[in-house]
Amino acid sequence: MKNDQQLFESFLKERQKERKIVFIWQVFILIAFFALWEIASRLYWIDPLLFSSPSRIFSSLISRIANGSMFTHLSVTLFETILGFIIGTLGGILLATLLWSFTRFSKIMDPYIVVLNAMPKVALGPIIIVALGPGYLSIIAMGFLVSVIITTLNIFSAYNEVDPNYSKVLQSFGATRWQCFKEAVFPATMPTMISTLKVNVGLSWVGVIVGEYLVSKQGLGYLIIYGFQVFDFTLVMSSLVLIAILAAIMYKVVERIERWLIKHSH
Amino acid sequence: MSFLTLDHVSHHYFSKDGYTKALHDISFSLKEGEFVSLLGPSGCGKSTILSIIAGIMKQTEGKVLLENKEVQESELAIGYMLQQDYLFPWKKIIDNVLLGPKIHKKTTVELKETAIELLQEVGLKGVQDQYPTSLSGGMRQRVALVRTLIYDPKILLLDEPFSALDYQTKLKLEDLVGKLLKSYHKTAILVTHDIGEAIAMSDRILVMNANPGSIAKVFEVPIEIRQTTPLDARKHPKFQPLFDKIWDELDSREGEKK
Repeated sequence: MKNDQQLFESFLKERQKERKIVFIWQVFILIAFFALWEIASRLYWIDPLLFSSPSRIFSSLISRIANGSMFTHLSVTLFETILGFIIGTLGGILLATLLWSFTRFSKIMDPYIVVLNAMPKVALGPIIIVALGPGYLSIIAMGFLVSVIITTLNIFSAYNEVDPNYSKVLQSFGATRWQCFKEAVFPATMPTMISTLKVNVGLSWVGVIVGEYLVSKQGLGYLIIYGFQVFDFTLVMSSLVLIAILAAIMYKVVERIERWLIKHSH
Repeated sequence: MSFLTLDHVSHHYFSKDGYTKALHDISFSLKEGEFVSLLGPSGCGKSTILSIIAGIMKQTEGKVLLENKEVQESELAIGYMLQQDYLFPWKKIIDNVLLGPKIHKKTTVELKETAIELLQEVGLKGVQDQYPTSLSGGMRQRVALVRTLIYDPKILLLDEPFSALDYQTKLKLEDLVGKLLKSYHKTAILVTHDIGEAIAMSDRILVMNANPGSIAKVFEVPIEIRQTTPLDARKHPKFQPLFDKIWDELDSREGEKK
């Protein structure tokens, strides 16, 4: 007969084992992918001129990082993405709050928001560039535009789904509509806002990369287009790898922020 | 002089498909310190009456006077307890309790002490820094009661506050509320569909009709039952005859509809 402690320990062991298996598979797939890529490229199963190879990408990255050129591109894109992300998210929350505050305004705006939401925002790229000039501003505006409308819609509908009885409690104390918002509606919507953050990380990347395709002289999106034009696919692939790494890091950071927010808002 | 008066109050709910008359010609009045129950089937507009008295909704016809002033203009504090506790999960117990004062920007250190004392009085010691999720249903409803009482309301509106609780907790809470209201001499209106609860707690019972909601009959609770606690009231010899009378009244109304 096992006692409780032993049962608990065997549960923990079982759990650890499961985690290990999952982790080993994850690493295996990663290595297998790159190994297969490398072999395929060396043996000319795929055209190395088009699909490059991990070793070429690695050496190209090293040399570009060593001469400092990659750092400039990387920091430009990162700066634009983070700014687009922050402005898009805050702007969405602000717009949703505005719609909630003025019920009639939200009814009037309804069809316009639906159209804006259905519209592919990147299609507005040329107009934005003409309006804001070919530079940072346009690209940040793209990052912002891609995320702001959907954020507004999500948060506005979350505001409206908050249990009206919380407001009823407050109203019985004589609370104004603004006080109801501050004490009940806004804090109750926190979980939605936090999950919106994660979605917006991805969206801002889309906006910024497309923006860089269109105008920029710097940034990872620019490197991709440049590499494409001069037929340097090693450069294209290097940029893609960097974007994947950066986006993953940003996602993880937002996840940390999310956990911190949940802990401190409850 | 009556404390609260409803004078020929009617209420309609409107939607694009038409309207429903929720209340029809409701008139009654309460003296200060009186406890009245509204008893009736679900959908008879009991909760609507409370929302109107609380000033959350405006009746479509008639007048509601609190100390001879329209409720909307009245500055008297009203305490409203709902079926569920609706404690704010992101606020600590103490902040939940002090919600009313916060709305009026009158949170003081003394009030905080009063809150902690009141929590102790209802049997919740040392919970002020916890969050609602760590409390049981009965405890949470007691916190909601303290939240209602802290602002010293002149009138309490109780919207089936015990119905979501298990039977034992419910009886205990009835006793507690009855005792507190009596000792602070509060006026109260209880909405319920539980005949026993209505008899055990109130001085007067208004039996309501549904569709549209109106007052069908008024029962006075014998003075002997009023003077006992809700738990003992159920054992009083005069309890069962009154219960049967109200039962018959409600039953006959249901019969009419068929």
